[in-house]
Amino acid sequence: MQINVTLADGSTRTIAAQEGLSVMEVLRNAGILDGECNGSLACATCHVWVDESWLDKLETPLEGEEDMLDVAFNIAPTSRLCCQIIMGPGNDGIRISMPHPL
Amino acid sequence: MTVNVDVAIVGAGPVGLFAVFACGQLGMRTAVIDGLADPGGQLTALYPEKPIYDIPGRSKIRADALVDDLLAQAEPYEPNYILGHHAQACSETSDGTFVVTTSGSRKVFARAVLLAAGAGAFGPNRPPLEGIRAFENKSVFYHVGRRDRFAGKRLLIAGGGDSAVDWALSLAEVAQSVTVVHRRDTFRALPAAVAAMQADPRIQVETPYQLVGLDGVDGHLRAVNIGRIGGNAKRIGADALLALFGLSGDLGPLADWGVHIDGKTIPVDAKTCETSRSGIYAIGDVARYPGKLNLILTGFAEAATAANAAFARVFPGKTLHSEYSTTRGVPVSTQNQHFQTA
Ligand SMILES: Cc1cc2nc3c(=O)[nH]c(=O)nc-3n(C[C@H](O)[C@H](O)[C@H](O)COP(=O)(O)OP(=O)(O)OC[C@H]3O[C@@H](n4cnc5c(N)ncnc54)[C@H](O)[C@@H]3O)c2cc1C
Repeated sequence: MQINVTLADGSTRTIAAQEGLSVMEVLRNAGILDGECNGSLACATCHVWVDESWLDKLETPLEGEEDMLDVAFNIAPTSRLCCQIIMGPGNDGIRISMPHPL
Repeated sequence: MTVNVDVAIVGAGPVGLFAVFACGQLGMRTAVIDGLADPGGQLTALYPEKPIYDIPGRSKIRADALVDDLLAQAEPYEPNYILGHHAQACSETSDGTFVVTTSGSRKVFARAVLLAAGAGAFGPNRPPLEGIRAFENKSVFYHVGRRDRFAGKRLLIAGGGDSAVDWALSLAEVAQSVTVVHRRDTFRALPAAVAAMQADPRIQVETPYQLVGLDGVDGHLRAVNIGRIGGNAKRIGADALLALFGLSGDLGPLADWGVHIDGKTIPVDAKTCETSRSGIYAIGDVARYPGKLNLILTGFAEAATAANAAFARVFPGKTLHSEYSTTRGVPVSTQNQHFQTA
């Protein structure tokens, strides 16, 4: 199972992921993001842009996720908090980008 | 103003508060510095009303109640609370005493320092707009302070929570105009207040928009550029921006302390919780070692570990007689807590 990430500098990485972990946990282990609140929807440090083609494969965001996206910056229509995306067969190979600075 | 203690604790989160007790049990006097006006760290700032289920011996306890208990547990040791101050610098005198200086020019003299800094000093969650710092406190603000500062101004408020909505309604009374910019149509606020804001002819609501840039000279705004989510930007004339995006942690104030910081954490020796700088310890969320669990209960244990390790520095040559709290007891408090704020 893997995640394809485009970093803020435009380079891309493919990262091995374990089923059942959130995308945030995988990217945090890889040193790509902080995931400060550990998935408790109390920060927005795992804000990512999900590739459009993957967006409808994901469940719609919970209200708590939308609320925390309100304090993220550089929002795109495909913005998500990736602590809420759990790796499973449905999203193996998911493509996401790290928001680059404004 | 100076304060003389044995141990200076940076951070009044649950771990810093328990460190007061852990140090107190070993006869060490403490001062606790926190940038926030209220103690409790994340528990107070982020989730006071949530129940916590994994505090050993407490089957369920609300975060604010845990903070109250930690304060009560610390109280007999009469810690010196220095709240509303950021711990900014740390120097060392020739005899090895640390001098921690706060943003409010308080100086804390201590033989050891415990960094219980969590995710860093809580401060405003600052939008990453180019050049924003030059505008801060002149025309860009993160809290209202005095209302009259916005009198007659073209004010732009960014954010979608209660505070954005409530302040839009309140400041519309004094400002020349108010524009509220938020990334979606839904606001996290009382429906009645949102309806009042939307109906108010003095308030222009721009959704779904976000901040993209500032325009002005010498810290004085002329306009703010806002972008439609996934669309084009436009320019809104503005004299002041109130950016209300909650809090965010910043380890920045600790950057020049001579303590090795790795991203958002401070590596320590798990046996002592000592950092790369002798006499300075890190405990709780900020401390990192292999196998570290970011839990309150881990932080409590680290506070005890660091207090034991600091003892030798605070009382050189004195043997650390090991005793349980059941044997030692606690002192009877003579005074109420000493809260000092900026
Ligand atoms: C929504 C949510 C739910 C959680 N649930 C649980 C749970 O059920 N169980 C659990 O064990 N954990 C839980 N946690 C995690 C827990 O809150 C943290 O592990 C805990 O707060 C860490 O305590 P701390 O004292 O190390 O740091 P913090 O609570 O982060 O406090 C650090 C304090 O230090 C201050 N500070 C930092 N630097 C400076 C400086 N230079 N000068 C002045 N002040 C400074 C900050 O302002 C802050 O007040 C949860 C977290 C969140 C967000």
